[in-house]
Amino acid sequence: MEIQLASELPRVKAMVGVQGSARPRLVTPGEIISQDTSFMRGHGTYMEEGVQVASVAGYVTRVNRLITVTPLRQVYQGAVGDTIVGRITQVQNIRWKVDVNSRLDAELRLSNIQLPGGEQRRSSLEDERGMRGLLREGDLVCVEVQKISDDGLLRLTARSNKFGKLSQGTLLAVSPSLIVQDKQRMHDLPCGARVVFGANGYVYITPTVPQEQTSTYTVNFEEVTVDVRKTIGRLRNCIKLLAYHSIMISPTSVMTAFDLSTEQEYEVKDLLKPDIMQDVAMATVQLMNE
Amino acid sequence: LGIRVDGRDRLDYRQLEIETSVVSTANGSARVRLDHTDVLITVKMEMEPPLIDQPRNGKLYFFVNCSANAAPEFEGRGGEDLGTSLSSMLERVYSSPHTLDTSKLCVVPGKYVKGLYVDIEILECGGNLFDAVSLGVKAALWATKMPRIYITGEDGGELEFSVSDNPCDVDRVDVSNAPILITHLRITENLTVVDPTPEEECCGPVQIVVGVTPKGLITATQQLGSGTFTPQTLSASIKSARDLGVKIHQRLMEKLRQEENITDRPIKGFL
Repeated sequence: MEIQLASELPRVKAMVGVQGSARPRLVTPGEIISQDTSFMRGHGTYMEEGVQVASVAGYVTRVNRLITVTPLRQVYQGAVGDTIVGRITQVQNIRWKVDVNSRLDAELRLSNIQLPGGEQRRSSLEDERGMRGLLREGDLVCVEVQKISDDGLLRLTARSNKFGKLSQGTLLAVSPSLIVQDKQRMHDLPCGARVVFGANGYVYITPTVPQEQTSTYTVNFEEVTVDVRKTIGRLRNCIKLLAYHSIMISPTSVMTAFDLSTEQEYEVKDLLKPDIMQDVAMATVQLMNE
Repeated sequence: LGIRVDGRDRLDYRQLEIETSVVSTANGSARVRLDHTDVLITVKMEMEPPLIDQPRNGKLYFFVNCSANAAPEFEGRGGEDLGTSLSSMLERVYSSPHTLDTSKLCVVPGKYVKGLYVDIEILECGGNLFDAVSLGVKAALWATKMPRIYITGEDGGELEFSVSDNPCDVDRVDVSNAPILITHLRITENLTVVDPTPEEECCGPVQIVVGVTPKGLITATQQLGSGTFTPQTLSASIKSARDLGVKIHQRLMEKLRQEENITDRPIKGFL
């Protein structure tokens, strides 16, 4: 067992190098941004006694006369068209309630999923009764955001083949601000695993499976070999260390960190140690900047 | 299959971070971090009359407070059950005379003994609470410095005391036999893992917590959760807990002594 004294641990160093003079201005809630009243107030600011004050912790952006403060870390708000990963928390009448790392649980309606049988059909009474047979509490699903209502409730849909129930794998929760915006969220990595980077910060790692025609609701419980498990474990630890050092998570950064860790011949569990985590993170940033 | 989600083996612990004397107003304190589990332990000494049936023995009290910040389920009074089970486990584990020699905490037999109040604050719950807390308690007791008490005289039946002001004139607590807890979580029929993460804790129905002293003596065992153990798994877990415990004790004392030898150590604390 490794025991470290607090004085021995490395201090977390700044990873991002300063590029030119375009260093963003960071503000904290309550900090006065400008005394000039001619600026328009954007998101993240408010007026107090004639001065513009920040309401969130983030960096200031200015577009002509509009000043906004973009927060660094935020609870997932949701955007239409985002692909996200969620966990079913409740089975209700004609819908499921899904935990998507947001303020509220999102809803997935029975009419918005692809029913078994393949062909498009209306859901019948039998389907309603058999909802638990399709998705039950605790299942993981890959879905798309269809609509956001006024109170922030997300309406989800899983209408095409790539969405639906997720089978064996590992789920990881990181801050949604660290996930790089990408059209394609599901990536088959060359190391032999498939990763779904949910826009809500839930990252799911599974062993690669051959292409399926229709989304199935039966989980493939075939035993996963130790090698694949090690790969998945290594990917998981890499993503965790990138998140810990606030490095943006994208397929490239994850693969860079993965390759670095295999090159250095670190064992999967070594990637849990703070000093090794820092080494890999710094090397990843260096390689990515080149 | 021999490998866990994060690549660890069955009996691998996550990396532990320890710092003692973080709270300057207490006689002794320690902060222990095990990945996301964060606990703060403080020890305070009070002079009080002893128990009637044990006139020469000092007293040891454990209080556990699960901060509402630690986990969402600790909101309000949610953390009480866990707190009471943790403190009663610690009391049981330290109740054996082989662990902490409370007769050394005696000042005036029958009249005054030292009571050590150990306060445990759970700051963040990231799996494997019992182990982290027990390691912290041992570290905090090791770091406890009690000012030496001298009996100056007797004034009409009442004894007069003077407490030494000299910071080097202190009594230490002998923790050479203080036990630690090792938790085994049962995943399947014959498989137990040590140091579970919160995800692993959700998968396993039952845990066994074993209190082990540095000499390999088991002072208490406790089963937590609603599940069952087969006799073979149970005895195997207890045996491996004992072996692990002895190794961890050695490593812990090594590190604590190393920490003490650092001159002018800056307290990292919570920053």
